[in-house]
Amino acid sequence: MQQRKILALAALCLLVVGLHLAAVLTGSLFYLTQLTMAAYYGLVIIGLGTLMGYAGQISLGHAGFFAIGGYLAASLTTRNLAIFQDSWPVRWLEGLGMLKSAQNLAGEPLLTMVPWAACGCAVAAAALIALLIGIPVLKLQGHYLAMATLGFGTIIYRILLASPYFGEADGISEVPGFTLLPALGQLGPVMVSGDPGLRVANYYLAWGVLILGMGLLLNLIGSRVGRALRSLHSSPEAAEAAGVDTSRFKLQVFVLSAVYAALAGVLLTHFNGGIGPSEASVMKSVRYVALVAVGGMAHLWGTLLMGVTLTFLSLRGVFGTFDDAVFGTILILVMLFAPEGILSLRLKQVWNAIFSGARS
Amino acid sequence: MSLDLFFQYLFAGITYGAIYAIVAIGFNIIYNATGIINFAQGEFVMLGGMISISLLQFMPLAAAMALAVAITMGIGATIEMLFIRWLDRPSVLRMIIITIGISILLRESALHIWGESIRSLPYFYGNEVTTFSLGNVHISPQVLWVLAACAVMVGGLNVFFKGTPIGREMRACAANRTAALLCGINTRNMVTLSFMLSAGIGALAGCVMSPITYTQYDSGTSLAIKGFTVAILGGLGNSMAAVAAGILLGVIEAFSVSVVPLAFQDAISITILLLILFVRPHGLFGSSAAARLKDF
Amino acid sequence: MNREIRGAEDNSAGRGTVDEALLELVSVHKRFGGLHAVNDVSFKVAPGTIKAVIGPNGAGKTTLFNLIAGNLPVSTGSIHFQGQEIQGKKPHQIARLGMARTFQNIKLFQGMTALECIMVGRHVRSRAGFFAGMFSLPSTWKEERAIRESSLELLELMEIAECADVEATSLAFGQQRAVEMARALAAEPRLLLLDEPAAGLNIYETAEVARLICRIRDMGITVLLVEHDMSLVMDISDEIVVLCFGRKLAEDIPLHIQKNIEVIKIYLGEDDALAA
Repeated sequence: MQQRKILALAALCLLVVGLHLAAVLTGSLFYLTQLTMAAYYGLVIIGLGTLMGYAGQISLGHAGFFAIGGYLAASLTTRNLAIFQDSWPVRWLEGLGMLKSAQNLAGEPLLTMVPWAACGCAVAAAALIALLIGIPVLKLQGHYLAMATLGFGTIIYRILLASPYFGEADGISEVPGFTLLPALGQLGPVMVSGDPGLRVANYYLAWGVLILGMGLLLNLIGSRVGRALRSLHSSPEAAEAAGVDTSRFKLQVFVLSAVYAALAGVLLTHFNGGIGPSEASVMKSVRYVALVAVGGMAHLWGTLLMGVTLTFLSLRGVFGTFDDAVFGTILILVMLFAPEGILSLRLKQVWNAIFSGARS
Repeated sequence: MSLDLFFQYLFAGITYGAIYAIVAIGFNIIYNATGIINFAQGEFVMLGGMISISLLQFMPLAAAMALAVAITMGIGATIEMLFIRWLDRPSVLRMIIITIGISILLRESALHIWGESIRSLPYFYGNEVTTFSLGNVHISPQVLWVLAACAVMVGGLNVFFKGTPIGREMRACAANRTAALLCGINTRNMVTLSFMLSAGIGALAGCVMSPITYTQYDSGTSLAIKGFTVAILGGLGNSMAAVAAGILLGVIEAFSVSVVPLAFQDAISITILLLILFVRPHGLFGSSAAARLKDF
Repeated sequence: MNREIRGAEDNSAGRGTVDEALLELVSVHKRFGGLHAVNDVSFKVAPGTIKAVIGPNGAGKTTLFNLIAGNLPVSTGSIHFQGQEIQGKKPHQIARLGMARTFQNIKLFQGMTALECIMVGRHVRSRAGFFAGMFSLPSTWKEERAIRESSLELLELMEIAECADVEATSLAFGQQRAVEMARALAAEPRLLLLDEPAAGLNIYETAEVARLICRIRDMGITVLLVEHDMSLVMDISDEIVVLCFGRKLAEDIPLHIQKNIEVIKIYLGEDDALAA
């Protein structure tokens, strides 16, 4: 089982390299940009897939967590704290090395948070919010749960749309790059940013994060906790009788999926150099749910591959103005004909043989 | 706040509240018959408005509205027959996702047919500055049309469910589907009928409110959320309580404008929704046991 | 191979002494609105014994089970397990204390093999959490192996070792029952609640179940069972509690229960009781 998992991950790595080479050979390196974005969205989708497929909880508001991550990272790294320069929180942050001084275009002092600190804050905030709303929300079932998560996502959207601090309808732009590794000798810095010169590095970085994230989830599903999750999805009563604390596990998976979404938001915002309120919209949340459904709710590999592929196609504009309609249609068709996901329709044996690491 | 302003807000609240109540009743009818929450309910309201606006070019107002309602009812029946009818005991999750997908399709179709423009039906009597006075309060006659239409619908539905044979059959279907089947009631047709009814009242509501609130391809979504909030507030399935709950929400929203910036107004109904779901999901009225009785 | 499954060692108070009851119900009532489903029921279960709860349909037996296991809250009264009050605790907390149960309508996990179902039963005897699971820490490898091995042993004990990698819900009915019981045993409980273990089984299978329950008792596990099959009950029970309309009618050894006029009345009716 362990070997199959590693083999599958290795195969994915090869695929990633292969796509890069294909792009180089066909002179279409710009595809890498969309593939990078698709990888980050993929991170959201596999996190949501774990929540929906293994813990059995629907979330129609996950774009909210993505937006919390992205917006906090964006605002903390762009909004000027210089006016609060003398207050104790700011000085404490400075002492911790989390702030950066610079000058804005007008030559005035600009005090912002360093990206890695902003990332930490953003993800922590998302986790905390997930914990707080998760406790009441996860007690609900069926329609009520769906509506509550929809409500959560909509509130986040409304707040972002209405707040000047978050840029209202325009969102936040001019977000600086996120330096992960500083320049060493000949090698340039490893930075998450939209700089075309760093395009290849960012491509591998994004897919590296996705593959790592996938590996961790696969580990989880194959572990004692993973079994407990699958059991509580299938029969919560029997799981409880076996000693599984269903409420706690549901909450933990919810927070985990929120962390995945928020991290994706942070990284993608630095890559794009900005973020807008549409990232928090209901349509985005629905889209994530559609992609999880297409891949098969309890097939993490299916979710990853279909999710990234369809996102890439959408980003390339293949669906034109019918983008939302396409996802709506996918949602309906999959739910009508293949509620177990597209891959359950055919080639089931083949997929299971290769990727059964995701199911055990 | 002056008394006049108070009444102004009050009437605005009652008007919107009546609309929310109708959307909620639409939810309840389908929920009672099938156990499904139809996320596309808001789209029925939007379609009623949009279709009647388009038909207005060819026929007088009353005919346009009637035909729009009929067409929307047809759309409701089609949706049920295409997507819902042949599913074999689907899970709640699956149904939620399907109706969300339907809602998206209807919205996107509206976008491609009518574009993004905001439209409205003309005022039924006079125009947007026509008012009549109740003391010092100035009310648009359209408000009366809205309230009258909603009252007629609620009254009509009451008569339908309690007085007519088909209405009784629908209630039987809601109370115990198997038993109704054994009594010879065609439960599948009852389901289709429930979709048609919900679509119809939604469409009519969409028509009467169009002059006041305007209609746009995506006006369905926020209506659906508010309608659902009202349905939950009153207790899912309980339509008379939905009327009271609708007015309550409408009034709260209307008065909130004096306290909270307008941009956050939508957030109010969602906050109420979340609070109710967390604290008292079976609604404000009655007990949780009574709430499980799916009666009109 | 017969690895003995011992009762939980960390809660060894009262083991073997007849006086101290493993499970004790004191004046337990359960009302559902106007329905008084369980009406002032009190009894004790001594450790190392098999106790059966019988009664006609609607007597409140399954409700009683659900009260003991924590699936339903009691209206009034108290339930003591190993000296601790457990009424009001959640099912998973009670499971942690050393009680396991099976269900009347078998609740196996869809999409999981028989082995995996039993491994879930091992949940209370293992520790690896989220982080350990995600990062596949070495500390979990040994535990995973141990969980797997003990689950395989249980499959052998139930004589269905060949079903290990078969999807649990596609097994034959009798095999599913065996998996369900193995899952409960995997928790190494001190008290095992069996909800109609012989339901739907034929004579031979019922005899097998009887044999199995006795073996479980011999391993040191106390058994409380609800059952309709009188031959099974009379054969293996040390004591029987009879419920009728929520009330306890009698509590005694099988021999006396068989001769109890009141009990015969509720099963066979007045005239036949007089004739007996």
